[in-house]
Amino acid sequence: MQNPYLPYPVRIDEIITETEDKNLKTFKLVFLNPDDEKNFSYMPGQFAELSVAGKGEIPIGIASSPTEKGFIKFTVNKVGLVTTCLHAMKPGDIIGVRGPLGRHTWDTLKGKNIVIIGGGFAFTTLRSSIVYMLNPLNRMNFKDINVIYGSRSPGMLLYRNELAAWETRDDINMHITVDGTDDPDWKYNVGFVPTITEQKAPPGDPDTYALICGPPIMIKFTQPVLDKLGYTHDHIIMSLEMRMKCGIGICGRCNIGKKYVCKDGPVFTLAELDNMPKEY
Amino acid sequence: MPEYTAKIKGISARLLKEEKVEIVIGFRKGTIPMMNEPCFVKTPEDVKELVWDSNCGINLANYLTNRKEKIGIIAKGCDSRNIVTHIIENKIKREQLFIIGVPCKGMVDKNKITSMFENEINEVSEVEENIIVKGEGFEKTLNKNDVLQENCKICIHRNPVLYDELAADLLDEQKNIDRYEDVRKIEAMATEDKWKYFKDLLSPCIRCYACRNACPLCYCPTCFVDESRPQWVGKSLDTTDTRTFHFLRAYHCAGRCTDCGACERACPMGIKVRTFTKKLEKDCLELYGWEAGLSLDERPPLDTYRPDDPEGFIK
Amino acid sequence: MKYINIDKKNWANGLKNLYENYRLFGPVKNNKNHVFKKLSKGELPDLNYLNTLLSPKSIVFPQSETMFEYSLDESKEDHHILKEIDKDYSPRALIGIRPCDAVSFKLVKRNFDTPEYKDPYWLSAYESTIFAGLACSNPCSTCFCTSAGCGPFHEDGLDLLLVDEGEYFIAKILTSRGETFIKSAGWETEADPIAAEKTIKNMKIKAEEKIASFVSTDQLKNKSAIDLYAAPFWEEIAFACINCGTCTYGCPTCWCFDIQDEISKSSGIRMRNWDSCMYPLFTLHGTGYNPRNAKVQRVRQRFMHKLKYYADKYGDGIQCVGCGRCIRLCPVNIDIRKVCDIMNNYES
Repeated sequence: MQNPYLPYPVRIDEIITETEDKNLKTFKLVFLNPDDEKNFSYMPGQFAELSVAGKGEIPIGIASSPTEKGFIKFTVNKVGLVTTCLHAMKPGDIIGVRGPLGRHTWDTLKGKNIVIIGGGFAFTTLRSSIVYMLNPLNRMNFKDINVIYGSRSPGMLLYRNELAAWETRDDINMHITVDGTDDPDWKYNVGFVPTITEQKAPPGDPDTYALICGPPIMIKFTQPVLDKLGYTHDHIIMSLEMRMKCGIGICGRCNIGKKYVCKDGPVFTLAELDNMPKEY
Repeated sequence: MPEYTAKIKGISARLLKEEKVEIVIGFRKGTIPMMNEPCFVKTPEDVKELVWDSNCGINLANYLTNRKEKIGIIAKGCDSRNIVTHIIENKIKREQLFIIGVPCKGMVDKNKITSMFENEINEVSEVEENIIVKGEGFEKTLNKNDVLQENCKICIHRNPVLYDELAADLLDEQKNIDRYEDVRKIEAMATEDKWKYFKDLLSPCIRCYACRNACPLCYCPTCFVDESRPQWVGKSLDTTDTRTFHFLRAYHCAGRCTDCGACERACPMGIKVRTFTKKLEKDCLELYGWEAGLSLDERPPLDTYRPDDPEGFIK
Repeated sequence: MKYINIDKKNWANGLKNLYENYRLFGPVKNNKNHVFKKLSKGELPDLNYLNTLLSPKSIVFPQSETMFEYSLDESKEDHHILKEIDKDYSPRALIGIRPCDAVSFKLVKRNFDTPEYKDPYWLSAYESTIFAGLACSNPCSTCFCTSAGCGPFHEDGLDLLLVDEGEYFIAKILTSRGETFIKSAGWETEADPIAAEKTIKNMKIKAEEKIASFVSTDQLKNKSAIDLYAAPFWEEIAFACINCGTCTYGCPTCWCFDIQDEISKSSGIRMRNWDSCMYPLFTLHGTGYNPRNAKVQRVRQRFMHKLKYYADKYGDGIQCVGCGRCIRLCPVNIDIRKVCDIMNNYES
């Protein structure tokens, strides 16, 4: 019987500090066994359990896109035991990865307009989605793409080089914003994500889906904006966070009602969430 | 104990009607023999739920921690000493409480009674000093004094030390009680025998933490067994980790434990967890002349420094 | 269906034979309670018991179980890579398990055996175990198995059912593995199937008549989970709870676990330990946010999961077999029978 708790061994190839407070780092991981990479075939929005021998495992959204070959990327926030240890590691160190885990909803999104709304650290899987959609093999499967992404300050934005590159493209509309800044050269928006969403997002219709990922407070204030713009709850897709251990719907810890966030999610439509107890 | 119950109901109804308190915390009759369920009542009509008998061994002070409203609380001797400790440790304010004091003649040991009978017990009732036990094909009357909880047998503070109104007349305290006979027996053991004794004592432990959670003293937002940075104690059934949990928890209760016996009552495996706290209680008495929870005006010895504190154990 | 008469005079001998081929587990008296443990050669299970203090789930699902081992020594070639360890899944038998506990394994199996993921530890242990059940002729006062989907003579989940007839047991063989087990013991005296079944049926009716506890679950599946979740009765139900893990550890159908790494010098293991939704730490996020921060939320989760979420998820009744352990073990007498009736009869 295959053991779903056994991680694939990976080597840390590169570590990039993303934010000015140094609490977010992107880890580029390479599989030790090439076969493992073939088995790790994933879609944006999925996550994996990063395993640090001697410390434990953490569920982290996959930041790289399946269109990027030879490696996988995770952007990790330093909050606890395992993440602190991970942040102290160096290229060449060996860790493990289990996955891909979680459900994705890309079948629904084919041929649609996509509005991506992200805040703070939660942007990692949204990067995966954007890179995936912008890939020449995939771009024609989607209509208009709008991205609203904000963080507290310019130094806290993730993937700044890529954000700037996407800004120059004409097949994607970027609306980058910060809550506030005293940088006179800041050329993008200033304002909270819900405010910019109200100003820049296209109105809701049967062909348009909103993908939201962010801290609970951002989601709380963005949702009424989407309601106002006419997005129905089955066209709003959200990604939830929960404390997880097994990641495969067996240890029982991440349930909301009868669903497991790790296995039946972490991506849920708002319509599905309306039918679940609000215990998240 | 119908007189106690009636008095408690009367006082509670009055407190609620006069809005002196928003909630009264007490016990309601349990669904199985020898058990009562801690409960709260918020209206005078609901006080009929309240009950008091010799199955009220759980320490209700446990339910006071960090509450903000005005509370009527039913407290026997040991419970009231835990309330004093709670007040000293800032877990509740004196002004919030109306303490209905219960002079207590002791709680019955349900594990002891259960083990006296081969067949299942269906009903246990109490009449004066008699405990009447009924089951399929048997009925036996026991003397309550023969089946008291271990801590109640040697109790020297049966009357509440802090109260606003009493539910019964004060009792004479028991005299000439040797509280530490069992501790001295263990102290006298050779080291290997002591080690085996503790090993056997703790071998049934399943780390459910019922003892810790039933104890009013254990209110740390994150208990030391749950810390992860660093992780002090493992979470498996490893015997070293289990022993560490019990020893360390006992030390955290040193100078604060009132020997209410809630920990032993709560343990699903019937482990005599008071073995550790009794030793520390004896040490605090001998080293510092201290008994926990008797006065609001004195701070515990492990909380204060006095120049004449004993130092012999500092090696 | 085959029925074997086991004369109690041949019981010990049969067990001796079985010992050659199976690791035997059975109820053994330990102080004043019974526990399920491994039987040494010649040790007999005490079948005059009501039920064990804790459920026998630890036989298939140990409270602490090592999953992997690894070396942290960077001079070793496979350092920091997790390795599977050898486990003993040789055949074993649980003798004298009660029907409620036996069927609980089938309820739990739904969790560990899914189309997408299979738990190798639990499944290997389960599949290597023979369940030789002992029917309850004298159910406890806290047993409510008949209204929880099973009963004192329930057969689902067993390989054979032993019925105590005084001088002998009638063994009703329920699976081919049960048949192999009986042959291995050397118990060969076949009973007349019709007479044996009639005896068992009569004893079953008598036993079921003795059941004194019931819960009502008929309305539960029609109720909305969200309405039950928002109901006002949870504060009162949750008040007494001290959030220990007693109910979850004693319960045969609770399975939640935690995965932890432990190291010693330069080697380490990854293990799993039973965990409980009653503990605040269970759902604590790394950021410090906790969706079940308050006691009432955790108590509600336990009963909603047992009686509603699981029933909704699998459409096959509540996740409870009515063994009554949580009722007997709870230090503050929170009674699932009461809670189930409150939930079942709740009108929003």
